[in-house]
Amino acid sequence: MTDTAAPIIRDPALSATQPVAYGNAPAFVGERAQTQYLGLRTEIPRRLYISLAVTGFVVLFVVWCILSYGQFISRIFLPTPTAVVVAAGKLWESGLLTQDLWVSNLRILCGFTLAAVVAIPLGMLVGNLRAIEALLEPFLGFVRYMPVPAFIPLLMLYTGIGETPKILVIFIGTVVQMVVMVADVTKQTQSDLLRAAQVLGASRWELFSKVIWPASLPGILDICRLNLGWAWTYLVVAELVAANTGLGYRILKAQRFLQTDIIFLYIFIIGLLGVLSDQLFKLAARLLFPWARQRMRAE
Amino acid sequence: MIATTSTTPNPSTAPALIVWGLTKTFCGRAGPVDALKEVSFNVMPGEFVALVGPSGCGKSTLLSIVAGLESPTTGRVVIDGRSIVEPGPDRGMVFQRDNLFPWLTVRENVRYSARLKSIRRTLSGAKRQDFDARCDQLIDIVGLSKFAKSYPSELSGGMRQRAALARALANQPRVLLMDEPFGALDAQTREEMQELLARLSERQGTTTLFVTHDVEEAVLLSDRIIVLAPHPGRIAREIKVDLPRPRTLEMRLEPEFSSVRADVLESLYSRQRRSLSESQLQSMVR
Repeated sequence: MTDTAAPIIRDPALSATQPVAYGNAPAFVGERAQTQYLGLRTEIPRRLYISLAVTGFVVLFVVWCILSYGQFISRIFLPTPTAVVVAAGKLWESGLLTQDLWVSNLRILCGFTLAAVVAIPLGMLVGNLRAIEALLEPFLGFVRYMPVPAFIPLLMLYTGIGETPKILVIFIGTVVQMVVMVADVTKQTQSDLLRAAQVLGASRWELFSKVIWPASLPGILDICRLNLGWAWTYLVVAELVAANTGLGYRILKAQRFLQTDIIFLYIFIIGLLGVLSDQLFKLAARLLFPWARQRMRAE
Repeated sequence: MIATTSTTPNPSTAPALIVWGLTKTFCGRAGPVDALKEVSFNVMPGEFVALVGPSGCGKSTLLSIVAGLESPTTGRVVIDGRSIVEPGPDRGMVFQRDNLFPWLTVRENVRYSARLKSIRRTLSGAKRQDFDARCDQLIDIVGLSKFAKSYPSELSGGMRQRAALARALANQPRVLLMDEPFGALDAQTREEMQELLARLSERQGTTTLFVTHDVEEAVLLSDRIIVLAPHPGRIAREIKVDLPRPRTLEMRLEPEFSSVRADVLESLYSRQRRSLSESQLQSMVR
């Protein structure tokens, strides 16, 4: 409750007799405090925030339980939570789950790292050198709208059915977006900061390495976080089309045998991995950029 | 008390800064526009010169050119006998915004130039220690010792601007350039900063070129005020400020202060009135 903004007491009679409590809302403004929960961009208590976040999951789970255990939907199409847990146990014991996780994560890591290594420097150039922007931006805008899955047959023709096409699909899917987003973030570095550094003696290269780069780093990390999510989508697409291992492949195979419990399990796992990486990125940002967090809080 | 002078160079010392025949032409939508036209003046070593003028008189452009951030159309800027073509550590600059690097603490900001190759080269061994010591001393002078490890976001506007001032002085610049440095501060903080700057420039004897639109601030701080007129930006008048030093805020109440202030205001407003009547006349003719 301490996070609530102290209510402004306008009634002079009230503020004269009652001690004004900051932080904890006094009882007589309880009504007003309640309406603040739906105030536009108004902070709400942290505990309420967490309970609401949990509620979303709980509601979904309850609906699922009712529909599946109550057999409102055939179990072939909607497995029960028990069936999903049992499937998880079986796959774990057979070692398939570990194998799928390992293979898929490795593909993500390779494809995504490759995309980041290419996109971040390129994005910085596009964002800050007009000549490079002119050279690449229209082209990127063109490529951006091409559906990545359509490249898969072509990539298979070129690179066979090994790991390469899967990594390339992830690479192609994320790299273009990342260049555009990194360009945008680095462009937001205030020119005044660049001028200040220039006057202090910074060379052109140092404007990149010692102003634009550190200034954009929080934004770049956030772009990585978002793109990792998309990388998962492209991975599954690639594995659905051409693979004999991986999470996407297992989902496709399960479909052939009507094993919806396995499909559910794998979709959950991908979701969980997403949440996990998301939180890791957020944690990293908090540890690496204390200055950015403070600025956000101040604004 | 008040002497209107054309720049009389002291034969014993060479000027620290020479601005010579500076013209800056921008390409506007309705053809070329002169932001500055044939602006020439000298600043002697240790002198504090304020540039005062209405908006559009090109005073910020002038300062950017002296900083080397913009190039003039014609004319040149000479510091220590060398024509300047690009920004360099012989000039320090304080902007209207503090422009501190938000990812660095106050101390890291003040020491920033030591991270740069051009400066690092000159700071070998003992010199680096001197530099660090000087930076810490500057942080102390501007009263931020307790906040040396704070990030800019944790400081108030006045404190940030003090850190920016310390950073600008870290390279021991020949000329300190200040572009309306207190314009974004509240009245009380601004007065504190004016007093600090007066004290600092008297103590360090840094040659300073100070842009402001606050006449009182200009009179309080400077040895000489250059009044600029707009359209095109040019020097309207130079006014010497012979008030005793050290300068204090209380001086503003003294008659000598008021008379200099009135003099500056007069030359500012008479210009404005004239340009107003000219344009009114033109509209009548049409």
